[in-house]
Amino acid sequence: MLEIKDLKSRIGDSEILRGLSLSVKKGEVHAIMGPNGSGKSTLALVVAGHEDYEVTGGTVRYNGQDLLEMAPEERAREGIFLGFQYPVEIPGVNNAYLLKAAVNAKRKHQGLDEVDAFEFLKLARERMTVLGMDPKFLNRGVNEGFSGGEKKRNEVLQMAMLEPSLAILDETDSGLDIDALKAVAEGVNALRSPERAIILVTHYQRLLDYIEPDYVHVLSEGKIVRSGDKMLALELEERGYDWLREAATG
Amino acid sequence: MATESENIEHLVNRRYEHGFVTDIATDSLPPGLDESVVRAISARKNEPSFMLEWRLQAYRQWLEMREPEWAHVHYPKIDYNEISYFSAPKSDEDRPQSLDEVDPKLLETYDKLGIPLHERARLAGVAVDAVFDSVSVATTFKEKLSEAGVIFCSFSEAVQDHPELVQKYLGTVVPRRDNFFAALNAAVFSDGSFVYIPKGVRCPMELSTYFRINAANTGQFERTLIVADEGSHVSYLEGCTAPMRDENQLHAAVVELVALKDAEIKYSTVQNWYPGDENGVGGIYNFVTKRGDCRGANSKISWTQVETGSAITWKYPSCLLRGDNSVGEFYSVAVANNMQQADTGTKMIHIGRNTSSTIVSKGISAGRAENAYRGLVRVMPQAHGARNHTQCDSLLIGKQCGAHTFPYMEIKNPTARVEHEATTSKISADQLFYCRQRGISEEDAVNMIVNGFCKEVFKELPMEFAVEAQALLNVSLEGAVG
Repeated sequence: MLEIKDLKSRIGDSEILRGLSLSVKKGEVHAIMGPNGSGKSTLALVVAGHEDYEVTGGTVRYNGQDLLEMAPEERAREGIFLGFQYPVEIPGVNNAYLLKAAVNAKRKHQGLDEVDAFEFLKLARERMTVLGMDPKFLNRGVNEGFSGGEKKRNEVLQMAMLEPSLAILDETDSGLDIDALKAVAEGVNALRSPERAIILVTHYQRLLDYIEPDYVHVLSEGKIVRSGDKMLALELEERGYDWLREAATG
Repeated sequence: MATESENIEHLVNRRYEHGFVTDIATDSLPPGLDESVVRAISARKNEPSFMLEWRLQAYRQWLEMREPEWAHVHYPKIDYNEISYFSAPKSDEDRPQSLDEVDPKLLETYDKLGIPLHERARLAGVAVDAVFDSVSVATTFKEKLSEAGVIFCSFSEAVQDHPELVQKYLGTVVPRRDNFFAALNAAVFSDGSFVYIPKGVRCPMELSTYFRINAANTGQFERTLIVADEGSHVSYLEGCTAPMRDENQLHAAVVELVALKDAEIKYSTVQNWYPGDENGVGGIYNFVTKRGDCRGANSKISWTQVETGSAITWKYPSCLLRGDNSVGEFYSVAVANNMQQADTGTKMIHIGRNTSSTIVSKGISAGRAENAYRGLVRVMPQAHGARNHTQCDSLLIGKQCGAHTFPYMEIKNPTARVEHEATTSKISADQLFYCRQRGISEEDAVNMIVNGFCKEVFKELPMEFAVEAQALLNVSLEGAVG
């Protein structure tokens, strides 16, 4: 589904991704781990099409298409979803309104009729109950005045509504208390399916107690330095990242 | 039906008359302004002597006044002697003969705004035969109004048919010498609207200049007077969302509203004059004086405006809160894109007891535009218990535009409660990326954010107008990002 080969990318003068390769197939859950500044978020943003990041080398193919040629909104409509590390506030824009516009943009792209308000609200309320969110959130400004946990839940709600083929969650676990973490994990697990792939970008192994990955990759200085199964995450928990960094450079 | 066909016949005949009897060329005055021009205008309109006298005094006062320079706008000096102060409607031969001859860009905009075909022709100034749809609508409209006793006609008609009302109220809210542009308007105004709502009458429909058939050629010095007698109620819509072209660059209109005891006037404007091209060339200068007088106790005047057009907008719809418990409101969205300059706001003058006012101003700047809010809240010594709430928000799109806020407060009574809130925000790249990552195009994202920003004002507009205003805003800001 997603085929990244030798990807190089930079923002301004600093090179962040330095030849990263990763292959993700349908139905798989990948965890990307690594120390601060290793390029985890950059990878997520490049796949989503953030224009501040210049791609200087390599290829990214998504379902056979050249992803790097596509505008961010096209990528989204083709089923790529990014759960942001820091979801931005958009005051004055109703949360439900944005969500409905997003759902309909995708439906239109797929040649489906737009969903009507009644159907949409019914579905949104159902999903919110699962995530333990108060339906009142629908009528507030997008992320406006939300707590950290509320913002992350809102990201998962959007993901649940958009039913992406490839979901990338960028540190969705950071700053969550245990209840919020469980709710978010439950939301993600509910989406697991043979048709869908999930990439979890995370700093800690904690999230992986709740969402069991098929593969774990360790990113360091813009490259994947080690890949393994969930046991790798446990090993990292114990030994930290330094031994890997040394192994990579040494 | 009889009236309808009579009306059509009348229109058709009138055109006939113009084409064959009146010599159009001699119906215009040469450029320049002196007393003889003022006299000539008054004479052509067959005005009673009180009107001529009033115009002449205004002219003499105007001569002693100076053009104001305090606004945050820049434009080349206007030569008032280069303007022709009276011109008859353009003859049909001089106008575009069909939509094919009209600027395609303008037509594209009409399309985006969903303007009906027959309307496009009228707006673009195409020589068309009587627009039958509008005529029939307007006729039934007039019948209903006259049943209720409402007077709604052109200013010229009012001078002929209701001189006593005109004489009683004209210039009582905006005096002749109020300001430079108001004085000029008083001296040379060509036409405008007149509305009188009798005691206790709730006007059965929203009054709109759109339905006043002869609105098309009121020209650059327009004058509107609306009087709501005791206990009456009226909602008035001015303007049109479609872009209006006009060969006159300078517009100096005056609007006076009078609300007597327990009366209420709601005045909504959508202004979309030609803003000029991307470099601001050829746009309209819009210098308007609008003021409402809450003359009686418990009266209310509410201004709502959506300003998207003109190269320069200089406009401060205001309320004089003279009656006890009277209420003044001002809701405004002002958009300035490309090289547009807007200096707009309001004045709330609290004179009566327990008067209250609300100001909500939303300024949007994009391109290289400059948008200024200028507001005055004055509480006079006798105005016990006055209240004001002002909210003034600016939204910036891009890096080259500016937003400025000039709030003035003069509080001379210690019991007053006055609040002022101001915010400035920017449509950030992060917000746009967030929306795009959700599959929403950049343009839709900007529209969504802008409409969210203006929500409080749009909800004050009559329903259909609000929908149009929203579409208009989207068109005005097209291409503002990226």
